[in-house]
Amino acid sequence: MHLRLPRVTDAQVQRAVGNLLRGGVLTAAAVVLAGGLLFLARHGVERPDYHAFRGEPLDLRGLRGTLADVAALRGRGIVQLGLLLLIATPVARVALTAVAFAFERDRTYLLVALLVLALLCKSLTG
Amino acid sequence: MSTLEFSAIVGAASFCAGFLGSLTGLGGGFIVTPVLTLVFKADIRYAIGASIIAIIATSSGAAAAYVREGFTNLRVGVLLEIATVIGAMVGASLTTVLPTHVIAVIFGLVLLQSAYLITRPRAERLDAEQPPNRLAARFRLDSSYPTPEGERAYRVRNVPGGFGLMGLAGVLSGLLGLGSGAVKVLAMDQVMRMPFKVSTATSNFMIGVTAAASAGVYIRHGYVDPALAMPVMLGVLGGSMVGRGCCSRRRRRGCGCCSPWWWRGSPSR
Repeated sequence: MHLRLPRVTDAQVQRAVGNLLRGGVLTAAAVVLAGGLLFLARHGVERPDYHAFRGEPLDLRGLRGTLADVAALRGRGIVQLGLLLLIATPVARVALTAVAFAFERDRTYLLVALLVLALLCKSLTG
Repeated sequence: MSTLEFSAIVGAASFCAGFLGSLTGLGGGFIVTPVLTLVFKADIRYAIGASIIAIIATSSGAAAAYVREGFTNLRVGVLLEIATVIGAMVGASLTTVLPTHVIAVIFGLVLLQSAYLITRPRAERLDAEQPPNRLAARFRLDSSYPTPEGERAYRVRNVPGGFGLMGLAGVLSGLLGLGSGAVKVLAMDQVMRMPFKVSTATSNFMIGVTAAASAGVYIRHGYVDPALAMPVMLGVLGGSMVGRGCCSRRRRRGCGCCSPWWWRGSPSR
């Protein structure tokens, strides 16, 4: 017996994608702004130097370290979390597209979307 | 100068970049990286890290409006994202091993090439009566787009060619921290013979995903500095939102600012 999934219209998918993108960007921006203000309040007087490339410290290169920084209320960590949320927004969009294809019983494109999702996860986690 | 002053100036410069990017359609990536490297003397790796963040932010914001208009070809976008994401991962990995002056030279060449691509005239195509392409039919890529007279159908051709060019777009995105919108539009408009408005909308749809793949590699290699990316992201977002708002309002009043003389066939926003 097939599971009866509700039929989804193109307009519904478009609206959902649009809302997801807008919501994701705004949420990320809010987090980045909050972290930025905190960072500037504490480190605003320091001299920045981006001339020499040292690479970011290890905690800012991944999710676990970033979350630890957020828990410690470090501004840079909160900003980095916002940036990760921003990167997650198009990834979530791909996932939403996969769900839409699933609802449309489109097996080919469900697989295509899942493949894109898998590739994205590979790039984010190494 | 202090970090506070630096952030304020970078934020203002990014605002202008976002504003110009949304008006011209050339994209923030071409403005942010040169400004950060040439004016603020940042190492190019920090610059492309910040730039890719700006691209995800602006393209995702713009994509929300594009998708609603109904020009985006979802299937073409998702299918070709396989190519752009793989390309972006390859390009971003390349950028971690190439010397910075090589990256800078490639950046300059791609900038010139993209500027040239945008000024090329495009021919109006009315070939919906052609027989369907085998691969396009297999993947159900043919579709239609809204016009004042109703839905107009179009066919998609040369899928392997489009796929290959999208892979190149991805490599450029990962290598240089760009959105590669111009190459994507080229792939769909010229190679796959899709209507121009559909190409620009679908290209915009794909830019965020491509950039996210690049950004993942950049973050893991420590290219993305939060203190630098923060004013860039917020500035570019603000500028592009103002640019889009200003553009749509003025177009209703019929001013020519959103179709500058060098940009023939400006995409609807």
